Parts: sequence; structure tokens; C-alpha cells
Amino acid sequence: MAKVVVLGEYCKSCGLCVAACPRKVLAIGDKANSKGYYVAVPADPDKCIGCGLCGTVCPDLALEIYK
Amino acid sequence: MQKVFGRPQGLTDLPFHYCPGCTHGIVHRLVGEVLEELDIIGDTIGVAPVGCAGFSLDFFACDFVGAAHGRAQAVATGIKRALPDKIVFTYQGDGDIAAIGTAHAIHVAARGEKITTIMVNNAVFGMTGGQMAPTTIGGQVTTTSPYGRDCALVGAPIDLPKTVATLNGAVYVAACAVDTPKNILQAKKCIKKAFQVQQRGLGYALVSVLSTCPTNWGLSPVDCLKWLQENMMPVYEMGELKMTEEVKAL
Ligand SMILES: Cc1ncc(C[n+]2csc(CCOP(=O)(O)OP(=O)(O)O)c2C)c(N)n1
Ligand code: SF4
Ligand code: SF4
Ligand code: SF4
Ligand SMILES: [Mg+2]
Repeated sequence: MAKVVVLGEYCKSCGLCVAACPRKVLAIGDKANSKGYYVAVPADPDKCIGCGLCGTVCPDLALEIYK
Repeated sequence: MQKVFGRPQGLTDLPFHYCPGCTHGIVHRLVGEVLEELDIIGDTIGVAPVGCAGFSLDFFACDFVGAAHGRAQAVATGIKRALPDKIVFTYQGDGDIAAIGTAHAIHVAARGEKITTIMVNNAVFGMTGGQMAPTTIGGQVTTTSPYGRDCALVGAPIDLPKTVATLNGAVYVAACAVDTPKNILQAKKCIKKAFQVQQRGLGYALVSVLSTCPTNWGLSPVDCLKWLQENMMPVYEMGELKMTEEVKAL
């Protein structure tokens, strides 16, 4: 069991996590944060293996990973 | 479930002001993680540059001083000599360290100052609008080289880490990139070593990190990583360029 949590106010919609996730868990969602960025969302959360690659590439510390 | 990845204690909670996808943020996180892992947050004084990282002093949880453009290493020299028990590091862009600050970048290494430098090379003056820097790649289009950098006219890019590695006072010099998770982890190892070198008082340590500037390169954050791989990594010598025997033994 693993879980990725997006801290929406930190996300800038850059898409680096979406490209890095080997399990295609993450996608850019359709809800914007207070700065107007469309926040990344775990679109397919059950596939997460907690590998940490998304967090490693996120430049804005918008991701937390639990295992 | 346990948290296995999140914000390191070496950073404050303040969201970064960098553009979306700018890898300055990754380098910040790596430094923040190293400060936490070495348990030196309370003992460290950073020196911020002029450039996009000019406000980085608010992002790190340690003490910080802002320097005039290119002068971070002169300020760090003074701090370290006055307070030799502190860990002192500079965080500088390529324009800051390899253009206006070149004299300091050379002489801080020649003197073997016991400080650590993190250089973030995105091949442009990012903050001022993406002008050509001494680190701009041959052929690279910038706002001041609209037809691409002409090396016959303005010279080839300066490989600062390679130059610094020739100086005796530099005991550890590494050139990294943050283009892939693997290289990001390697960059962290190098940054950690550069701080450990200072903890042991061995000499000057420099880590250069090839970084992206999506805004001024005019590419998406993901395409920037590819551009960095294809255009910057072949031009700059990569890897741990210099390690004295004492550093190898760390
Ligand atoms: C004495 C002085 N000269 C010029 C400038 C204008 N200036 C501000 S930032 C900068 C370049 C920053 O580029 P770099 O160090 O590569 O940092 P980046 O923004 O790309 O991270 C320049 C030339 C200045 N602030 N002060
Ligand atoms: S932890 Fe790994 S599998 Fe889970 S979302 Fe992040 S990159 Fe994907
Ligand atoms: S990498 Fe970070 S900032 Fe970029 S889209 Fe993913 S969560 Fe948001
Ligand atoms: S201008 Fe470039 S270097 Fe500066 S914050 Fe934006 S993307 Fe980063
Ligand atoms: Mg720059």
C-alpha cells in the first residue's frame, strides 16, 4: 500500500511529476489553486507503489508520499 | 502508513517564487535535505546571489545573507574567516558566478577558502530576461543572441568547474544535472560531500548543477529536461571532476 498526496497550494502545474511517474498515477487536474495553477491530482491512486520518483522531480515540494 | 517523502527541515514552509518547472526548486530541496541529514541547520550561514535565487534566503531554514551581484564568495570568505566554526555556503547562478563574479570564483578556489559553493547553471541570465551568459551554449538563441551564440565572435562557453578544478585550493569539484531522478540523487550525493568537505576543513568545494529555465528557454518544463540533456551535457564536463585523497577517504 502506498499513497501520494498533492499539496495543492504548492503545485504550479509544471507536469514534471506526471512525466516521471512510471505507473501513470498522476495527471494535471481541472481545479485551480489560489494562484490559478491547475493542480496535479492522483488520477489513478491505487496504482501508486510509493517509488518516490514524482517527489524527486517536483521542484515545488508539492508532493508527499506515504507507505 | 508512514511519510516516506516530504519537505525537509532545511527549508522553510514558504512556497518558492520560481516559475513553474524551474529546477532551482529541486536544487533548493537537495540543499535542504543535506542540511537536515548532516544536522547543521543551526550552524550554517548561506550567502544568496543576485539572480532568480536572490530571495533564496527566505526559503532555507538556516541563517542567510544577501550579497551584491557576483560577490557571494567574497562575503562568504569574510563570514568563514570571522566565524570559522560555522558552515558557510554560497548559492549562485551561472551569470552571478561566471560573469560578474568570475574573479571571486577563481580566487576563492586559489586561496582554498573552506567554504562550499552551489552553482546553478541554466545557461542564461534568467532573472533579467534570458540574456546570453558566459555559460550560454554555442548556437543557443537568447534575447541577446537572437541568431544563436556565435562562438567565433564571443568565444565558447566557460566551463567554470573544469577551470576551478585546476586550482590547488579546490579539493572537491563536481558537475551534476537535475534532468532525471537518478541524476538528481547523484547531485544530492555531491552536494552532501561538498558540505562534509567543509565540516572536515579540507578546503574549497564546488558543485555545479545543470538546471533549466523554462521561461527564458521558451520550452515546457518537460522539454527543457531534454534540451538540457541534448545541448548542455555534451558541452560541459560532467561527474566528480576533482577529489583529493582526503576527500576520497570521506
Ligand atoms: C551590479 C549588477 N549588475 C547587473 C545586475 C543585473 N542582473 C540581475 S540578475 C543578473 C543575472 C543573473 O543570472 P544568473 O546568475 O545566471 O541567475 P539566474 O537568474 O539565471 O538563476 C543580472 C545581470 C545587477 N543586479 N547588479
Ligand atoms: S510514488 Fe511513484 S508510483 Fe506513486 S505517484 Fe509517485 S511516481 Fe507514481
Ligand atoms: S511536479 Fe510538483 S509542481 Fe509540478 S505538477 Fe507535479 S506536483 Fe505540481
Ligand atoms: S526566469 Fe528562469 S531561472 Fe528564473 S525562476 Fe523563471 S524559470 Fe527559473
Ligand atoms: Mg542563470
